[in-house]
Amino acid sequence: MSLTPSSDPSPRQPSGQPLDRTPVLAFNRVSIAFDGPPVLEDITFSVAPGETRIVLGPAGVGKSVLLKLANGLLRPDEGSILLFGEEISHMPEDQLFPLRTRAGMVFQEGALFDSLTVRNNVAYQLIQERVPDDEIDARVHEALRFVELDETFGMLPSSLSGGMRRRVAIARALIRKPELLLYDSPTGGLDPVTSTTIIELIIKERDVYHTPSLLVTHRLQDAFTLCTHRFDAEAGRMVPLPKGQTDPNTTFLMLEEGRLIFDGSLHELLHSQNGFVQEFLQ
Amino acid sequence: MAIEVIERTAKNLVLTVQDYSLFSFRSFMNLWRPPIYWPDFLVQSDIIGAGSASIVLLSGFFTGAVLALQSAATLSQFGATAVTGQFVSITMIRELGPVLSGIMVAGRNASSMASELGSMVVTEQIDAMRALGVDPLRKLVTPRIFACISMLFFLTIVADAFGILGGGFVTVFLNHQNGTEYFSKAWESLRYPDIIQGLVKPLFSGYIIASIGCFYGLRTTGGTQGVGRSTIQAVVNSSVLIIVVDFLLTQVLLRLFPLL
Repeated sequence: MSLTPSSDPSPRQPSGQPLDRTPVLAFNRVSIAFDGPPVLEDITFSVAPGETRIVLGPAGVGKSVLLKLANGLLRPDEGSILLFGEEISHMPEDQLFPLRTRAGMVFQEGALFDSLTVRNNVAYQLIQERVPDDEIDARVHEALRFVELDETFGMLPSSLSGGMRRRVAIARALIRKPELLLYDSPTGGLDPVTSTTIIELIIKERDVYHTPSLLVTHRLQDAFTLCTHRFDAEAGRMVPLPKGQTDPNTTFLMLEEGRLIFDGSLHELLHSQNGFVQEFLQ
Repeated sequence: MAIEVIERTAKNLVLTVQDYSLFSFRSFMNLWRPPIYWPDFLVQSDIIGAGSASIVLLSGFFTGAVLALQSAATLSQFGATAVTGQFVSITMIRELGPVLSGIMVAGRNASSMASELGSMVVTEQIDAMRALGVDPLRKLVTPRIFACISMLFFLTIVADAFGILGGGFVTVFLNHQNGTEYFSKAWESLRYPDIIQGLVKPLFSGYIIASIGCFYGLRTTGGTQGVGRSTIQAVVNSSVLIIVVDFLLTQVLLRLFPLL
């Protein structure tokens, strides 16, 4: 199987202008441990504007920890993390809050506030910022239409299915037009059909808004779908790229026992000589 | 091996006290810095104040009633049943009203705070809140602390009032004594230091209940089992601490306002 980037590999804004390549997120020799051996050790990588980076690895390898380090929910023991150009590994929590509002995060189980309606969950940030109610309603409807769940506006999370909760979580992450998106196993525990719906939404977000993103998953099929499909705005659904082509801005990272063992394109991943990568792919 | 266990336990204890001190200091100071979540304060005041009113009212009433029963039996041996009102009102206002209200509110609200926040921790809602740029201490803890302090103050007054009423009920309907004498003695014997003592204590108890409930809730680890553990720790530690602080406060207040 031979896969090559579909076209010009440099990401572009919707206007067609090439993007500034300064990373929105950069890990430099990051390590963290919790009362034992390191969970992550000496991790270095970056996410450039317009880029989607997929973190692969088996369960318990530290993928979610890596994502929580990315927006300062956890602090590294060593190394530095630059988020939007600012060093956050020692930044006080008070200064981190405004920075976090610029990044959207989708949690593994959605992490919706179960006592709030879908409207108030999606609008959570806007409510805290005291945005007028009319504007909140309009923006929530827009975000819910994006995830095709406009009818859930007044419902409580408990009355939604697992897949719907993830889609509402995506709407919540998107409502403020984030500059970076962090997806923590967005298809974990979902059936294949629902997983495909979620992946289609992520592809739609990537190809419509071009938001840089970091996505962790242990599901190869989802990762490959992300890399080999694009969103067709006219058809309103994702379509496969021509045979042998991949999305040039979607690349892979792979973790093994807390260490980064691979950083590259799908083509490089498939042809990696690393024994663990080969075993994981099989 | 035994020394290692003692060392680890001692370190954990010191670490917990240190974490709690920092946590409660930050939560308290947040009231003086924006953003302040007043709607959350009102919601919590309703949950804690209105929600706990019935249990405080009933426990106050029956405590006063029991005090009147017990004291009348003893006082009658000295022909002093006329001072039942004085005995009940001073005991309720100085000691039993504040302590009993504190323990009842701790049982109801420290547990509810620990389990609610603990569930939010294990379902990643607290992380989601932080990721959305909202400080859980400001949003969840500070409103609970100040709602609990202010509501326990008023609940203690309710407990005191119903305790005296309970004593009056027993005095009139069971002991068949003069109700006017009971209430006039209860009123006349009260001095401002008694009232100050009775109303300072709930301010501390309210702070203890909410800060400990939230502290253990936010420290929850280990899934749903961890939520149960946090709830137990919150109720036990806040109840014990209320009694310990009551003892210390009584010492201090008795020095400030000595008995005649």
